[in-house]
Amino acid sequence: MLGPRIKRRRDGRFSLRLTLPERGLLRMLPLEAQGLLEQRGDPVVRRVFPVAYPGDAEADSAYQELVGSELARKHRDELDVLASTADASEIDSTQLGQWLGALEVLRLMLGTSLDVSEDVDDVAESDPRSSQVAVYRYLSWLQGEVIDALGAMLPSEGREIEA
Amino acid sequence: MRSGPVSRSQPQPVEVDEPTFDEDVRLDRPWMVIVWNDPINLMTYVTFVFQKLFGYSKAAATKLMLDVHNKGRAVVSSGPRERAELDVFRLHEHGLWATMEQATA
Repeated sequence: MLGPRIKRRRDGRFSLRLTLPERGLLRMLPLEAQGLLEQRGDPVVRRVFPVAYPGDAEADSAYQELVGSELARKHRDELDVLASTADASEIDSTQLGQWLGALEVLRLMLGTSLDVSEDVDDVAESDPRSSQVAVYRYLSWLQGEVIDALGAMLPSEGREIEA
Repeated sequence: MRSGPVSRSQPQPVEVDEPTFDEDVRLDRPWMVIVWNDPINLMTYVTFVFQKLFGYSKAAATKLMLDVHNKGRAVVSSGPRERAELDVFRLHEHGLWATMEQATA
Protein backbone atom coordinates (compact mmCIF):
# COMPACT_ATOMS: atom_id res chain seq x y z
CA MET A 1 0.00 0.00 0.00
CA LEU A 2 1.59 3.22 -1.11
CA GLY A 3 0.76 6.75 -0.04
CA PRO A 4 -0.80 7.93 3.20
CA ARG A 5 -2.89 5.28 4.93
CA ILE A 6 -5.03 7.86 6.69
CA LYS A 7 -6.17 10.55 4.35
CA ARG A 8 -8.39 13.58 4.78
CA ARG A 9 -11.16 13.65 2.18
CA ARG A 10 -12.80 16.69 0.63
CA ASP A 11 -15.81 16.29 2.92
CA GLY A 12 -13.56 16.51 6.01
CA ARG A 13 -13.80 12.82 6.93
CA PHE A 14 -10.75 10.57 6.97
CA SER A 15 -10.40 7.41 4.92
CA LEU A 16 -8.57 4.50 6.58
CA ARG A 17 -6.55 2.19 4.38
CA LEU A 18 -5.55 -0.58 6.77
CA THR A 19 -5.07 -4.33 6.30
CA LEU A 20 -7.24 -6.95 7.99
CA PRO A 21 -4.48 -8.01 10.43
CA GLU A 22 -3.97 -4.38 11.42
CA ARG A 23 -7.68 -3.94 12.02
CA GLY A 24 -7.76 -7.13 14.08
CA LEU A 25 -4.97 -5.79 16.29
CA LEU A 26 -6.71 -2.43 16.72
CA ARG A 27 -9.91 -4.22 17.82
CA MET A 28 -8.14 -6.46 20.30
CA LEU A 29 -5.53 -4.22 21.98
CA PRO A 30 -8.03 -1.69 23.44
CA LEU A 31 -9.90 -4.48 25.23
CA GLU A 32 -6.72 -5.64 26.94
CA ALA A 33 -5.81 -2.08 27.87
CA GLN A 34 -9.24 -1.40 29.35
CA GLY A 35 -8.86 -4.39 31.64
CA LEU A 36 -5.49 -3.05 32.77
CA LEU A 37 -6.79 0.50 33.37
CA GLU A 38 -8.73 -0.78 36.38
CA GLN A 39 -5.53 -1.89 38.10
CA ARG A 40 -4.29 1.50 39.31
CA GLY A 41 -1.43 0.08 41.39
CA ASP A 42 0.19 -1.56 38.38
CA PRO A 43 3.38 0.30 37.35
CA VAL A 44 2.33 0.09 33.70
CA VAL A 45 -0.96 1.83 34.52
CA ARG A 46 0.68 4.38 36.81
CA ARG A 47 2.37 5.95 33.78
CA VAL A 48 -1.09 6.86 32.47
CA PHE A 49 -1.83 8.81 35.69
CA PRO A 50 1.31 10.91 36.19
CA VAL A 51 2.30 12.77 39.33
CA ALA A 52 1.52 16.51 39.17
CA TYR A 53 3.27 17.68 42.37
CA PRO A 54 6.49 15.65 42.69
CA GLY A 55 7.60 17.41 45.91
CA ASP A 56 4.25 17.46 47.69
CA ALA A 57 2.51 14.14 48.36
CA GLU A 58 -0.52 15.80 49.93
CA ALA A 59 -1.16 18.17 47.02
CA ASP A 60 -0.61 15.32 44.59
CA SER A 61 -3.10 12.99 46.23
CA ALA A 62 -5.67 15.80 46.17
CA TYR A 63 -4.94 16.26 42.46
CA GLN A 64 -5.23 12.53 41.74
CA GLU A 65 -8.49 12.42 43.69
CA LEU A 66 -9.83 15.34 41.63
CA VAL A 67 -8.88 14.18 38.13
CA GLY A 68 -8.25 10.43 38.33
CA SER A 69 -11.69 9.19 37.37
CA GLU A 70 -12.07 11.79 34.62
CA LEU A 71 -8.73 10.78 33.13
CA ALA A 72 -9.69 7.10 33.27
CA ARG A 73 -13.08 7.77 31.66
CA LYS A 74 -11.49 9.75 28.83
CA HIS A 75 -9.06 6.95 28.07
CA ARG A 76 -11.78 4.28 28.25
CA ASP A 77 -13.86 6.30 25.77
CA GLU A 78 -10.92 6.66 23.38
CA LEU A 79 -10.17 2.93 23.56
CA ASP A 80 -13.87 2.19 22.95
CA VAL A 81 -13.89 4.34 19.82
CA LEU A 82 -10.71 2.72 18.45
CA ALA A 83 -12.07 -0.79 19.01
CA SER A 84 -15.51 -0.03 17.61
CA THR A 85 -14.26 1.77 14.48
CA ALA A 86 -11.25 -0.46 13.75
CA ASP A 87 -13.14 -1.98 10.81
CA ALA A 88 -14.48 1.29 9.44
CA SER A 89 -13.39 2.53 6.02
CA GLU A 90 -13.79 6.15 7.13
CA ILE A 91 -14.17 8.12 10.37
CA ASP A 92 -14.67 11.79 11.29
CA SER A 93 -12.05 14.12 12.79
CA THR A 94 -13.38 13.73 16.35
CA GLN A 95 -13.04 9.96 16.07
CA LEU A 96 -9.55 10.29 14.61
CA GLY A 97 -8.62 12.49 17.59
CA GLN A 98 -9.83 9.65 19.82
CA TRP A 99 -7.73 7.18 17.83
CA LEU A 100 -4.74 9.40 18.59
CA GLY A 101 -5.54 9.30 22.31
CA ALA A 102 -6.13 5.55 22.29
CA LEU A 103 -2.86 4.91 20.45
CA GLU A 104 -1.13 7.10 23.02
CA VAL A 105 -2.50 5.05 25.94
CA LEU A 106 -1.57 1.77 24.21
CA ARG A 107 1.96 2.99 23.53
CA LEU A 108 2.40 4.32 27.08
CA MET A 109 1.34 0.98 28.56
CA LEU A 110 3.24 -1.24 26.14
CA GLY A 111 6.31 0.99 26.15
CA THR A 112 6.37 1.04 29.96
CA SER A 113 5.97 -2.73 30.23
CA LEU A 114 8.75 -3.24 27.67
CA ASP A 115 10.84 -0.61 29.49
CA VAL A 116 11.74 0.89 26.13
CA SER A 117 14.56 3.27 25.63
CA GLU A 118 14.37 5.72 22.75
CA ASP A 119 15.95 3.09 20.53
CA VAL A 120 13.84 -0.04 20.42
CA ASP A 121 15.33 -0.98 17.06
CA ASP A 122 18.10 -2.80 18.91
CA VAL A 123 15.87 -5.67 20.09
CA ALA A 124 16.94 -8.88 18.35
CA GLU A 125 14.54 -11.24 16.58
CA SER A 126 15.44 -13.94 19.10
CA ASP A 127 14.48 -11.74 22.07
CA PRO A 128 11.30 -13.05 23.78
CA ARG A 129 9.96 -9.49 23.68
CA SER A 130 10.40 -9.17 19.94
CA SER A 131 6.72 -9.71 19.04
CA GLN A 132 5.65 -7.11 21.63
CA VAL A 133 8.28 -4.76 20.27
CA ALA A 134 6.91 -5.27 16.77
CA VAL A 135 3.43 -4.29 18.00
CA TYR A 136 4.91 -1.25 19.78
CA ARG A 137 6.69 -0.17 16.62
CA TYR A 138 3.55 -0.64 14.57
CA LEU A 139 1.58 1.55 17.00
CA SER A 140 4.32 4.20 16.84
CA TRP A 141 4.17 4.20 13.06
CA LEU A 142 0.36 4.39 13.03
CA GLN A 143 0.37 7.21 15.58
CA GLY A 144 2.73 9.06 13.25
CA GLU A 145 0.23 8.62 10.41
CA VAL A 146 -2.57 10.02 12.59
CA ILE A 147 -0.39 12.99 13.64
CA ASP A 148 0.36 13.72 9.97
CA ALA A 149 -3.34 13.66 9.12
CA LEU A 150 -4.49 15.77 12.10
CA GLY A 151 -1.43 18.03 12.16
CA ALA A 152 -2.21 19.22 8.65
CA MET A 153 -5.41 20.75 10.07
CA LEU A 154 -3.58 22.85 12.71
CA PRO A 155 -2.56 26.41 11.80
CA SER A 156 1.22 26.71 11.60
CA GLU A 157 1.02 30.29 12.88
CA GLY A 158 0.37 30.90 16.56
CA ARG A 159 1.76 32.02 19.88
CA GLU A 160 5.48 32.52 20.20
CA ILE A 161 7.48 31.65 23.30
CA GLU A 162 7.47 34.43 25.91
CA ALA A 163 10.89 35.68 26.96
CA MET B 1 -17.51 58.40 58.89
CA ARG B 2 -18.06 60.20 62.11
CA SER B 3 -16.01 63.04 63.32
CA GLY B 4 -15.96 64.16 66.91
CA PRO B 5 -13.93 64.22 70.00
CA VAL B 6 -13.09 60.52 69.88
CA SER B 7 -11.65 60.60 66.37
CA ARG B 8 -7.87 60.60 66.17
CA SER B 9 -5.74 61.81 63.40
CA GLN B 10 -3.24 58.98 63.89
CA PRO B 11 -4.35 55.40 63.25
CA GLN B 12 -3.80 53.13 66.22
CA PRO B 13 -1.83 49.91 65.87
CA VAL B 14 -4.04 46.84 65.73
CA GLU B 15 -2.98 43.28 66.44
CA VAL B 16 -3.81 41.11 63.41
CA ASP B 17 -2.22 38.03 61.85
CA GLU B 18 -1.04 39.65 58.70
CA PRO B 19 1.01 37.53 56.36
CA THR B 20 4.67 38.35 56.51
CA PHE B 21 6.30 39.90 53.50
CA ASP B 22 7.91 36.58 52.58
CA GLU B 23 4.58 34.76 52.48
CA ASP B 24 3.07 37.50 50.36
CA VAL B 25 5.80 37.06 47.81
CA ARG B 26 5.45 33.26 47.90
CA LEU B 27 1.71 33.44 47.20
CA ASP B 28 2.27 35.77 44.27
CA ARG B 29 4.97 33.74 42.57
CA PRO B 30 3.64 32.04 39.47
CA TRP B 31 3.46 28.29 39.01
CA MET B 32 5.41 26.78 36.14
CA VAL B 33 4.18 23.83 34.11
CA ILE B 34 7.08 21.59 33.17
CA VAL B 35 7.12 18.82 30.57
CA TRP B 36 9.82 16.18 31.07
CA ASN B 37 11.55 14.06 28.49
CA ASP B 38 10.33 10.48 28.33
CA PRO B 39 11.42 7.65 26.06
CA ILE B 40 7.95 6.81 24.73
CA ASN B 41 6.35 9.94 23.32
CA LEU B 42 7.17 10.68 19.69
CA MET B 43 8.77 14.03 18.94
CA THR B 44 6.08 14.80 16.37
CA TYR B 45 3.39 13.96 18.93
CA VAL B 46 4.83 16.29 21.58
CA THR B 47 5.01 19.13 19.02
CA PHE B 48 1.42 18.43 17.96
CA VAL B 49 0.18 18.54 21.58
CA PHE B 50 1.97 21.85 22.31
CA GLN B 51 0.37 23.40 19.22
CA LYS B 52 -3.06 22.02 19.97
CA LEU B 53 -3.22 22.77 23.72
CA PHE B 54 -1.40 26.10 23.91
CA GLY B 55 -1.85 27.52 20.42
CA TYR B 56 1.89 27.74 19.85
CA SER B 57 3.11 28.26 16.31
CA LYS B 58 4.67 25.19 14.69
CA ALA B 59 8.12 26.78 15.14
CA ALA B 60 7.58 27.61 18.84
CA ALA B 61 6.10 24.17 19.58
CA THR B 62 9.03 22.51 17.83
CA LYS B 63 11.52 24.57 19.84
CA LEU B 64 9.85 23.63 23.12
CA MET B 65 9.77 19.96 22.07
CA LEU B 66 13.50 20.09 21.27
CA ASP B 67 14.17 21.66 24.68
CA VAL B 68 12.33 18.75 26.29
CA HIS B 69 14.24 16.28 24.15
CA ASN B 70 17.73 17.80 24.52
CA LYS B 71 17.65 19.45 27.95
CA GLY B 72 15.30 16.96 29.59
CA ARG B 73 12.56 19.47 30.42
CA ALA B 74 10.88 22.67 29.28
CA VAL B 75 8.50 25.17 30.87
CA VAL B 76 5.46 25.24 28.59
CA SER B 77 3.18 27.58 30.53
CA SER B 78 3.01 29.51 33.79
CA GLY B 79 0.45 31.36 35.81
CA PRO B 80 -1.71 31.13 38.93
CA ARG B 81 -1.95 27.73 40.59
CA GLU B 82 -5.44 26.83 39.29
CA ARG B 83 -4.48 27.71 35.73
CA ALA B 84 -1.25 25.70 35.97
CA GLU B 85 -3.10 22.69 37.39
CA LEU B 86 -5.56 22.77 34.50
CA ASP B 87 -2.68 22.84 32.02
CA VAL B 88 -1.02 19.90 33.79
CA PHE B 89 -4.29 18.00 33.58
CA ARG B 90 -4.66 18.71 29.86
CA LEU B 91 -1.09 17.49 29.30
CA HIS B 92 -1.82 14.36 31.36
CA GLU B 93 -4.93 13.76 29.25
CA HIS B 94 -2.56 13.67 26.30
CA GLY B 95 -0.11 11.30 27.98
CA LEU B 96 2.70 13.79 28.50
CA TRP B 97 4.83 13.64 31.63
CA ALA B 98 4.02 17.06 33.13
CA THR B 99 4.51 18.43 36.62
CA MET B 100 4.10 21.85 38.22
CA GLU B 101 6.23 23.82 40.65
CA GLN B 102 6.25 27.34 42.00
CA ALA B 103 8.85 29.69 40.58
CA THR B 104 11.71 30.36 42.97
CA ALA B 105 12.68 33.88 44.08
